Amino acid sequence: MDTLGVVGVIARGVPQTVAISVVSFLVGAVLAVPLGLARRSVQPLLRWPAGAVVEVVRAVPAVVWLFIVYYAIGSGAVQLSTFQAAVVGLGVISGAHLAEIYRAGLAAVPRGQVEAALALALPTWVRYRRVLGPQAVAVVVPPASTYAIGLLKDSAVASVIGATDIAFRAVQQTQQDLDGLTNFAVAGAFYLLLSVPVAVVARLVHRRLVRTGVTA
Amino acid sequence: MNLLRQWVDLFPALWPGLLVTVRLTLAAAVVGVPLGVVLAVAQTARSRAVRWGVVALVEVGRGAPALIVLYLAYYGLPQVGLALPSFTAASLALAVTTGAYTSEVFRAGLAAVPAGQREASAALGLSRGKEFRLVVLPQAVRTVVPPLVGWLVLLYQGTSLAFAVSTPELLSRAYNAASISYQFTAALTLAGLMYATLSLAALGLVRLPGRAPRAARRTSAATSAGPAA
Repeated sequence: MDTLGVVGVIARGVPQTVAISVVSFLVGAVLAVPLGLARRSVQPLLRWPAGAVVEVVRAVPAVVWLFIVYYAIGSGAVQLSTFQAAVVGLGVISGAHLAEIYRAGLAAVPRGQVEAALALALPTWVRYRRVLGPQAVAVVVPPASTYAIGLLKDSAVASVIGATDIAFRAVQQTQQDLDGLTNFAVAGAFYLLLSVPVAVVARLVHRRLVRTGVTA
Repeated sequence: MNLLRQWVDLFPALWPGLLVTVRLTLAAAVVGVPLGVVLAVAQTARSRAVRWGVVALVEVGRGAPALIVLYLAYYGLPQVGLALPSFTAASLALAVTTGAYTSEVFRAGLAAVPAGQREASAALGLSRGKEFRLVVLPQAVRTVVPPLVGWLVLLYQGTSLAFAVSTPELLSRAYNAASISYQFTAALTLAGLMYATLSLAALGLVRLPGRAPRAARRTSAATSAGPAA
């Protein structure tokens, strides 16, 4: 097969890579909210377990998490597809990382803002929704987008449990034509190209947030 | 507890894998970290061609997934007459990724040394070599150590990718043990535990307060009076 044909074959993995990355990131972004808030809690019973979860999740390699989710959990009472297992595993890992990013974002809001909100007797919900949240978001966007690009690349590990993503297609193609040099160069180029729009969108969002006055 | 007993039974089967994992980490670090230094210094070269070439190399090294680099080394290199055994191919691929990532760490470390230090060295008539070795490097090392250890922990975890090219490292051992005994939960969680223990121990050591060299504390105390760096 010529190079163009190979590009076409490997491109068939793009939707799966994009789906795994996007869904994992969304799962993580949601999971990270309670985790990040618990990490900041004055209540040690909330703060310590949340800290332990974040540390342990990040101390185990992503492939090992995927194996645990797919082979240990996903083959018992619940049956998980490779896609579901990848999203659960990478989603939890993203949650742990994003929780730290959220926490840093909230910590970056000047102390006076919290004091002012307290002096105005704003309820906790309003304090987070109207005062802390909007200011933290601007700080969170750049590191969160860096993480999203990292996640896009890390999603390649899902191919190891058999998710039919870019890396998987490249391996399959190599088993047929033994041209690993071309196939994996093409796969690498796809990952590089996919990370470009993420970086561009992140920059636009950040600029918009800064311009609307929600600055750190 | 049942799981605990399974862990004890499985441990001897996984232990040799941990040793391979550690050896893989060390091999990649021994080659990759000096490569990172070279790439960082080369980015300050006078020749624009060298600078751009190195930047392109670093960006590609950081932009492509480590797994793809690994496959490229294992499946791709034989085509140019370089058929490497899986351990060597994995070490090489991880070393390249390590070089690309740590070069950024070193670049930041070198840039963090105040310009006044270089000016003072020049004023004292130190040669460029001496300036780098006696003035710049010792100060850069201090800012570089924590992120470097952080990277080494990631590298240690990243060696699990070598499973994909069947290096007999920790994850492969765990997977094989699980396939034989069908104790997937026990074998994989034990592997996870073994990864986590060493990772957390290494990170704990760096974060330990008071472990910073005395000179670092003195400088940070002196600079904390001024505007935050």
